[in-house]
Amino acid sequence: MIVYLLKRLGAAAAILLVICALTFTIFYIAPDDPAQKACGKACTPERIEQIRDQLGLDTPIPEQFASYVRGIFAGRTYGTGSTAVECPFPCLGFSFQTNVPVQELLVSRLPVSASIAVGAAVLWLLVGVGAGVLAALRKGSWWDRTAMGAALGGISLPIYLTALVLQYLLVVVFEVLPYPRAVGLLEDPAGWFASMLMPWIALAALYAGMYARLTRTELIGVLSQNFVRTARAKGLPERTVVRRHALRPTLTPIVTVFGMDLGALLGGALITESVFGLPGVGKLAADAINSSDQPVILGVTLFAAAFIVFANVVVDLLYAVLDPRIRLGAS
Amino acid sequence: MTLLDVKDLRVSFGETRAVDGLSFSLERGRVLGLVGESGCGKSVTSLAVMGLLNGATTSGEIWFDGQELLGSDRRAVRRLRGDRLAMIFQDPLSSLNPYYPVGFQIAEAYRAHRRTSRKQARAIVVRMLDRVGIPEAERRARDYPHQFSGGMRQRVMIAMALCLEPELIIADEPTTALDVTVQAQILALLDTLRAEYGTAVLLITHDLGVVAGTADEVVVMYGGRAVERGEVHALFEDPREPYTRRLLAAVPRIDRPVPDRLETL
Repeated sequence: MIVYLLKRLGAAAAILLVICALTFTIFYIAPDDPAQKACGKACTPERIEQIRDQLGLDTPIPEQFASYVRGIFAGRTYGTGSTAVECPFPCLGFSFQTNVPVQELLVSRLPVSASIAVGAAVLWLLVGVGAGVLAALRKGSWWDRTAMGAALGGISLPIYLTALVLQYLLVVVFEVLPYPRAVGLLEDPAGWFASMLMPWIALAALYAGMYARLTRTELIGVLSQNFVRTARAKGLPERTVVRRHALRPTLTPIVTVFGMDLGALLGGALITESVFGLPGVGKLAADAINSSDQPVILGVTLFAAAFIVFANVVVDLLYAVLDPRIRLGAS
Repeated sequence: MTLLDVKDLRVSFGETRAVDGLSFSLERGRVLGLVGESGCGKSVTSLAVMGLLNGATTSGEIWFDGQELLGSDRRAVRRLRGDRLAMIFQDPLSSLNPYYPVGFQIAEAYRAHRRTSRKQARAIVVRMLDRVGIPEAERRARDYPHQFSGGMRQRVMIAMALCLEPELIIADEPTTALDVTVQAQILALLDTLRAEYGTAVLLITHDLGVVAGTADEVVVMYGGRAVERGEVHALFEDPREPYTRRLLAAVPRIDRPVPDRLETL
């Protein structure tokens, strides 16, 4: 098991390195001159030269990449002498716009993204899996048809539409919720909840739809399995048959998808955060892209990729916990 | 004394008639073979007796020990299931839940009908596994289905079916998924346990050899009906119906020279 875990972590690190290299290459062959971007509007040719030297832009790209990767693990120093700037571990460079270290930006934005992702996940799991289970157990009923119709609606409606409609109805027309803003959970729990509720609903509408359909399909498949028939043949109450024998195999593929979805959202819900104006990692990415703030784009990409890659490792481990055939090795 | 009495059973799925006016009865402690080619309604009949048919239209009567099952409410039939009538299925791997140890699955069957502590149930599980010939029963009870061989899995299924000492066991193709040497072992085990517990067996199979070796009586089914019935040796010696004759002719025999081509049905 430990060997397996180490192998998976090694593979994860390799994937991240490849992603890092790809993103790095794309941005440094882009037509924008990073030194020009970093310099800002009031800029002189001397200043650009200075920045180029400081960022090491006149060294070959592989060398720049090596410095970047080294910076992530050990920190790095930009420039020399009196103009030297220290960038501590894990260094992802400085924002061209604000001159703040990218890693600090990410850390400051993570709580908002995490609040949105985790809250929405709880909501869509409850609603989506719950609706899917009921639909599967009452296959063909009016509930099944209504729930699956609603699920299709949830999947089809783009988030920027649901988000705006929600905001218009709940904030402007009925005035039951405030405009969302970044509130710390610990500082003001009620304010946090009120601010997060709309982003949660908007995101959960999409994911709940997908999870409801997935759960329904999986559960219907499991219910036709022979071992479910055996459970019924034992004379177990139907409730026990479903809960004990059918739900567990149904949950395995859902856990897989859930791990990846949650991982992806922790790396920033770009549209949701942008529409609600919440300063999460996704909003950071959107702003960085608008202003060609390359170090930030690169940092956010790596950060988001890391969440997805590690979510995958966690999912693989959970799989082993859930399914004894994987844990014990099929004979 | 009649334990199971099926009268004019009809089962259809939409327009398709799977069982079309089938009647037979089974005495306590006896073995009745229900034979026929695949699709003749054997398995549907067994599921109808167990009350496990979903989405089918059923009519007729199924009497079990003086109680009519088709008209009874679902809960009453569920209470009988596993307790007084148990079932062994064809494919023991897919019939056992891959997510739970076999001991748990047997104990679950027991505890569905008897109030016992986990400890007592575990003792019964170990005794049953030992009884069906699984070595190191105590340790093996904690293993999962995929850790057993095909024959061992079917032994687990038998232990599960017999743990409550039911009056009737329905064995639906119990040896079809197993290789020939294991088939013989499983049939011998079933026969020993049947005699020991005095259980009646409804043996469903397309394998005439299995029926000849185990059953007291035979019902030959074709197209959802019984075409012939009788005491097993009499029927095999002197089949009356053309279908039975052709069914028997379609099986190669060890006591006669093998023809170039077997008869087709």
